[in-house]
Amino acid sequence: MSPAGNGGDAALAIELRGISKAFGPVQANRDISIQVRRGTIHGIIGENGAGKSTLMSILYGFYRADAGEILIGGRRVEIPDSQAAIRAGIGMVFQHFKLVENFTVLENVVLGAEDGRLLKPSLAKARRLLKQLADDYEMDVDPEAVIEDLGVGQQQRVEILKALYREADILILDEPTGVLTPAEADHLFRILRGLRDEGKTIILITHKLREIMEITDTVSVMRRGEMTATVRTAETSPEELAELMVGRKVLLRVDKAPATPRDVVLEVRNLRVVDEQKVERLRGIDLTIRRGEILGIAGVSGNGQSELLEVLGGYANGTGTIRMNGREIDLTGSASNARTRRARGIAHVPEDRQREGLVMDYSAWENVAFGYHSDPRFSSGLFMDHAAMRADCDDKMHRFDVRPPDPTLAAKNFSGGNQQKIVLAREIERNPDLLMIGQPTRGVDIGAIEFIHEQIVALRDQGKAILLVSVELDEIMALSDRIAVMFDGRIMGERLPDETDQRELGLLMAGMAGEAA
Amino acid sequence: MNDALPKWADIALIPLLNLTLALIVSGLVVLFIGEDPFEVLSLLVEGAVGSADGWSYTLYYATNFIFTGLGVAVAFHARLFNIGGEGQAMLGGLGVALALLYVPWPHWSLALLAAVAGAALFGAAWAAIPAWLQARRGSHIVITTIMFNFIASALMVYLLSRVLLVPGAGGSPETARFAAEANLPGIGDLYALLGWGCVERPIASVCRAPLNIAFLLALLASVGVWALLWRTRLGYEIRAFGHSEPAALYAGISPTRIIMMAMLISGGLCGLMAINAVMGEAERLVIDPVQGAGFVGIAVALMGRSHPIGICLAALLFGMLYQGGGYVEFDIPAISREMILVIQALVILFTGALDNMVRVPMEALFLTRRRPEPALPLTATRSDGDPKDRQVEP
Ligand SMILES: Nc1ncnc2c1ncn2[C@@H]1O[C@H](COP(=O)(O)OP(=O)(O)OP(=O)(O)O)[C@@H](O)[C@H]1O
Ligand SMILES: [Mg+2]
Repeated sequence: MSPAGNGGDAALAIELRGISKAFGPVQANRDISIQVRRGTIHGIIGENGAGKSTLMSILYGFYRADAGEILIGGRRVEIPDSQAAIRAGIGMVFQHFKLVENFTVLENVVLGAEDGRLLKPSLAKARRLLKQLADDYEMDVDPEAVIEDLGVGQQQRVEILKALYREADILILDEPTGVLTPAEADHLFRILRGLRDEGKTIILITHKLREIMEITDTVSVMRRGEMTATVRTAETSPEELAELMVGRKVLLRVDKAPATPRDVVLEVRNLRVVDEQKVERLRGIDLTIRRGEILGIAGVSGNGQSELLEVLGGYANGTGTIRMNGREIDLTGSASNARTRRARGIAHVPEDRQREGLVMDYSAWENVAFGYHSDPRFSSGLFMDHAAMRADCDDKMHRFDVRPPDPTLAAKNFSGGNQQKIVLAREIERNPDLLMIGQPTRGVDIGAIEFIHEQIVALRDQGKAILLVSVELDEIMALSDRIAVMFDGRIMGERLPDETDQRELGLLMAGMAGEAA
Repeated sequence: MNDALPKWADIALIPLLNLTLALIVSGLVVLFIGEDPFEVLSLLVEGAVGSADGWSYTLYYATNFIFTGLGVAVAFHARLFNIGGEGQAMLGGLGVALALLYVPWPHWSLALLAAVAGAALFGAAWAAIPAWLQARRGSHIVITTIMFNFIASALMVYLLSRVLLVPGAGGSPETARFAAEANLPGIGDLYALLGWGCVERPIASVCRAPLNIAFLLALLASVGVWALLWRTRLGYEIRAFGHSEPAALYAGISPTRIIMMAMLISGGLCGLMAINAVMGEAERLVIDPVQGAGFVGIAVALMGRSHPIGICLAALLFGMLYQGGGYVEFDIPAISREMILVIQALVILFTGALDNMVRVPMEALFLTRRRPEPALPLTATRSDGDPKDRQVEP
């Protein structure tokens, strides 16, 4: 018994006892108990919808648990809102940053934590503190820079600085590397190690077992709302963790036969895109994809991949030639839109499912028709056929194992992986000639990754052409039959997966041209 | 909207709480000028719904607000803020006048069809220009629709004082009366038909009340708007666009088309208000036939959560405030016209702008009240070979 009372152990930064939380019929957390030791990095893994984000939201005061108690530093606390969480020394870095875009770094850091009415002294203090923190943890960000001018990696550092400025002892990061380049992720991990060595406690949620193995001390596994295991990282392996998470053996690599490419489906010649600021985003792209093959586009995000998908998808303007099954596609004029592209046999799983792929406020059944809502299957005359849409959704949800299989639930209430399954189900089941997929497994758990990868390969084997865009090199290497590397709006070269390695691709991705491809 | 609240709470409970708050504050204001708030409230209710003629005036006003409220709501669903209901309704009035002044319609039903076409067409046309400027030039619709209100009223003054002015109308700028064949059946005609007598009272008689068949048209329009938004493909696209423009683009929904269609429908509905006010009541076009209903429509749409049922209820409430307010003014001289405006403004303030003040605590309440239920789709298949659970002391 510690003097703090309640039977808490002061060596534990966080202890949760019997936390439960339900959203209507969905039990997101069930009787969860977990102990996080001070000065450690504690990983939490689990399938999509396992309840990880919900648990952290409870810890950060966004939701109130239906039952259970929270102990911080051995002392029982109530966390009704995030101010209380901050007072308890908890800081959170969200996947979608909560920064004021047109404020400077410094202003964002002090926002809401100003001392007194005058901003000046607190700004001066913050500048000093920021400088010191930046030196200590190698977090070089310019305090005077405006947020919207910073890259995602730097914005994330600002979020961390914000938490540290509020004297957080406990830092929660929910899928922090989803939007980072590999180099940025490495940098983040160096920062996190430094913080741990200072005695801070870090909770890291991620779907990438590689990261868990690399940086955590302890890892807890959640399944269907319950905490099923907590193990020392040094004593486990990715295979074992995967099995703990999904409840069965998971294939961590893709099983696929060699491709048998046939006739050309998509041919792109000299495709150029100039954005609104008159910056050239695509500088003459040439691509060919054949029936029965997967062309993977590797590259650090922001090098024109999004623009490529948008132009092909029919909702950005470009110049050049695109041929689909030998027939040229009109790139200008009113007939050039996403609907006509779909009619030509192009299906598209967009990179950002929450912004583009789904209407987050629409129910699942409304989303399953999205983009195809003019189909005679879903609408007759002026009216939509709701019964047909619901039936179709029900069907797809079962075939793609969407959880919970409730067509009336709004898209925003599904976990990330299940949202992705809804989009995939919609696009794959259209039986397109060409499927474009952007970041198919971003934020998706390994069980679902396996499933999604199987679907992509199966589609290829049915003789479809597949254009895969991913910032995950592992994924590109595992799935692609040919790899094209993009840098600064150009294709730097094409490689066969067996004849290249991560190092060579990495160089191409950094703009260092290899031998002419 | 938010899922933290059940639908009934969102649509009924919260507006009622807002309204109660507004009434409490209004009561304090009344108290402050030395009158009895309960007396004012009971007079207000009595004036609005305490008699047949009160009801018929209330419903007449409500009809105006249903049309403009629906109009604003359709635009809202496409995330467009149509402040131009006022001007669109004025132009609707012009459309009605042109349809009725120059053609000798043999029967009111034909006249009504023509007037509906004229009102909707002119209202829509007036909304079309700001819509086009928004869709093509990115000029903000809030600004342009406000400007179009001013242009509309200047245009009305010009037309009524120079072009459509009837000679010998005693100097007031208005058109000639519409032909008697074009008069819409009103509540008085209904009473006559049923053989009921009219109680004559000093200020009003139900047989002279302006309530007319346009009220039914408004209810019909509500059903139409519901079907449009939640049953048609266009409605699906309008709502999708309103929720997320990038998603709409991805789905091949043309923003230009949605902005134009939503605004045309919005303007058309606002224009239809003139059926009630111009054709039904004034029976000629006067200088300001709209009387602020375009702006009240914004409050009505906000309070009604842009849903036709909510809009009808909110329109009824504002109809009561209008009619009951006039009644109070008549009975208690200390409660002036301005005082009534203050009360209306408080209702708008609490139901619109201060909505979150009530909503946030209610959401918290509902969230903590919600308990796990037995049906658990997530855990339904739990027994499929769990790995043995392990717990290692950290
Ligand atoms: N506000 C909400 N309303 C209804 N259901 C919700 C809500 N938030 C979460 N859920 C449900 O609770 C469950 C747990 O969701 P949570 O977001 O915690 O999962 P997660 O483990 O973070 O998943 P992911 O890895 O995909 O981020 C899911 O089934 C989800 O659909
Ligand atoms: Mg999550």
